[in-house]
Amino acid sequence: MWFDRLLQGFIDTFLMVGVSSLIALLAGIPLAVILVTSSKGGIYEAPTLNRALGAFVNLFRSIPFLILMVALIPFTRLIVGTTYGVWAAVVPLTIAATPFFARIAEVSLREVDHGLIEAAQAMGCRRWHIVWHVLLPEALPGIVGGFTITLVTMINSSAMAGAIGAGGLGDIAYRYGYQRFDSQIMLIVIVLLVLVVAAIQLGGDRLARGLNKR
Amino acid sequence: MSAAFQRRLEIPEPHNADHTELHPELNRAHVRFIGLGKTYNGQQGPVAALQGIDLAIQRGEVFGIIGRSGAGKSSLIRTINRLEQPSSGRVLIDQVDIGEFDEDRLVALRRRIGMIFQHFNLMSAKTVWQNVELPLKVAGVSKEKREQKVRELLELVGLEGKHKAYPAQLSGGQKQRVGIARALVHDPQILLCDEATSALDPETTQSILGLLREINKRLGLTIVLITHEMAVIREICDRVVVLEHGRIVEQGPVWEVFGNPQHDVSKTLLAPLQHALPEELQRRLQPQPASPDAAVVLRLQFTGSQRDEPDLAALFSALGGRVRLLQGGVERIQGHALGQLLLAVAGSSLDAEALQKRANNWAQHVEVLGYVV
Repeated sequence: MWFDRLLQGFIDTFLMVGVSSLIALLAGIPLAVILVTSSKGGIYEAPTLNRALGAFVNLFRSIPFLILMVALIPFTRLIVGTTYGVWAAVVPLTIAATPFFARIAEVSLREVDHGLIEAAQAMGCRRWHIVWHVLLPEALPGIVGGFTITLVTMINSSAMAGAIGAGGLGDIAYRYGYQRFDSQIMLIVIVLLVLVVAAIQLGGDRLARGLNKR
Repeated sequence: MSAAFQRRLEIPEPHNADHTELHPELNRAHVRFIGLGKTYNGQQGPVAALQGIDLAIQRGEVFGIIGRSGAGKSSLIRTINRLEQPSSGRVLIDQVDIGEFDEDRLVALRRRIGMIFQHFNLMSAKTVWQNVELPLKVAGVSKEKREQKVRELLELVGLEGKHKAYPAQLSGGQKQRVGIARALVHDPQILLCDEATSALDPETTQSILGLLREINKRLGLTIVLITHEMAVIREICDRVVVLEHGRIVEQGPVWEVFGNPQHDVSKTLLAPLQHALPEELQRRLQPQPASPDAAVVLRLQFTGSQRDEPDLAALFSALGGRVRLLQGGVERIQGHALGQLLLAVAGSSLDAEALQKRANNWAQHVEVLGYVV
């Protein structure tokens, strides 16, 4: 009985974090590329766009997740048709994760040596070649590291999604451990969460190290 | 429309300021700068990095640009492939003004101009092979052609066995060889070298310069290089300009600038290559003869305007007395003998002034430094 609950919680957490992080990955990288290339001295310099986008990203990053989740309820209803459950939690999680990850990826992209961009221009690369063949591959280890951090942060945030009935491991720990004083379940959940986070961190670090040829 | 008439239309009317009628060699110049200027917006207002640069680089020559850091060398070389956009003036490559090129024409131009860098600028996430292949890949060259070309170039620079290595696993010299292979992969007509040996040790510098010279001879490539090391210029260049505060202060064949530098900056840059008076001798030197048998110290400089090395026997007998060689050396640059001799002449029947005059028959500059006992 409690095992089923735990399994369901694990699946819910996995779904929430997996789907929102995947969307954050797909949306965050282009966002980061635009932020870097449109900045001053970038290959697609566009100061107005850069400032507007930067302000937008900062806005979402400065709102605490719990508040963001509540504030987004109308928007969530519009997107998934409900404000309750796993899929309702995916919407605010994605919206929190994307700017978070974009900023981390932006830092990695910005750290690519300007000399490499210059060399690429000198060899006759077009601007999109520079993004595809230089910026992204060179920043990849950093981006992988940043995505690892994003995943761990999303597991953290997903625990709060229990507040809108999304379930998940965090929700189980909160309900059984905090509200029913069942410290055994809470302990199992904590151990499980620690293991998941450790596995993600280890895997991410390994991958980043393998990709880093410097 | 007749063919001749049509051709006339295609040739741009020569501007008077170009002096092309007076200097036909300018019409054949590979790279030309006309009144080139570059101004940066610094924090304390605009800063002129380049001013009024007029220069013609001929096809197939190795052309050196030297100057202290901040003299504008980097900006100047980067205007050739428009990594740097000039603020005024024009850059002509094969008589075509590149100032108004759009991205397509610029990309095509850059594929005709290779460039290597001080810090190599290799992609760290790509292997040696992938680094050399990249310019071809982005140009849409077929896989078979790419393979053939990359193999050929890695062989040229002597890195056949290293194609799977990442740049981090290579030495500085090997990295620059990869840089050279990458720069040559499109068979360019011009190679730009931006302080290409400044991050390398002297031995590796020699081997890279040797490779560049070989490439220049074998492929007939025009090489434009910037450096702050006179030794690099001496080793490889045909002609040199000296840049200071964004202006050309001296230019000419290397032997001429080395043998007889006119500007203070050139002299300063040359100083490390020249023999200074030994300190011990400097201390003993007196402005007036302390005793009748004091020796006169002469500095004879050979600027290379005569092609032959100095005939020492004839020189010594002309000076008379006992001639001791304190220090000296002669080197050959582009077939010209340049050098200097420090001589102490004792017991000659001639006085200092007469000795100076005599010595002038052999050396272009003779100086009386003083007297030693």
